Amino acid sequence: MTSIVALILNYMVQYEAARLDASFAALSDATRRGVLEQLGRGDASITELADRFHMTLTGMKKHVGVLEQAGLVTTEKVGRVRTCRLGGRGFEEEVAWIEERHRIWSSRFDALDQVIEAMKRKEKADGRTRE
Amino acid sequence: MGERVSDGRTTVERKSDRELVVTRVFDGPVRLVFDAWTKAELFQLWWAPKSSGVPMLACEMDARTGGGYSVTFGKDAENAMTFYGKYLEVTPPSRLVWTNDESEQGAITTVTFEEEEGDRTLLVLQELYPSKEALDESFVGMEDAMPEQFRQLDELLAARAASAA
Repeated sequence: MTSIVALILNYMVQYEAARLDASFAALSDATRRGVLEQLGRGDASITELADRFHMTLTGMKKHVGVLEQAGLVTTEKVGRVRTCRLGGRGFEEEVAWIEERHRIWSSRFDALDQVIEAMKRKEKADGRTRE
Repeated sequence: MGERVSDGRTTVERKSDRELVVTRVFDGPVRLVFDAWTKAELFQLWWAPKSSGVPMLACEMDARTGGGYSVTFGKDAENAMTFYGKYLEVTPPSRLVWTNDESEQGAITTVTFEEEEGDRTLLVLQELYPSKEALDESFVGMEDAMPEQFRQLDELLAARAASAA
């Protein structure tokens, strides 16, 4: 019963759906598509991207944030410069493999926490009525 | 090997080719936690959390050494799947071992419950698979059943990323 295919399937579908929603939202903007193309030619800092697309730093930060959330771009801050690069979503298969299992156990155990909480409350109440 | 993911509460670790270990501390005494794993009416409250969207339709547990269990999940009776096996060891309130017989490649699951300070319980769950392949593929069915359009969209996105590169 540990390998609950149906349950896992559902988690996976929800996970995929959320991921795809984020990806599509990210790709629905011309500037962000441009940023992806630009990063395809090489890594770039937020400042360089803002210059390239004639935008404010704040505006570009927002766009990069959306791309990052969708897993299409990763960023790394070294000193005062934040460098952006393509990728991130294709994170290693092994990591995905174990993260998926972690998600399932974690959510299951959060539910068990609540059951234990209820059992403790009930025991306490029963104890009181016996007294 | 040796991949490990932890959020500070639940830790999942691949200890070896054939072995997956999950650990978690629960805020409750061992006997309560053990009951939640061995009494069907309690077990079905949490094993398939609501967020999964796949309810547990039936749950039978004869939690004694040599006893059996059967757990059925599904949106409805037609789309249900039953998981079943045998308890190889039931030692209240500290140890549970069961087989997963719905698959020939099923793991042996061992759960230990250890008293921790402050009326808490350290739970360690180990799944030991018959082979590395069995553990690698213990999610089989998921990918096969993943809706076709999702796969196509994934390919589309991958192609876009590649053409941008």
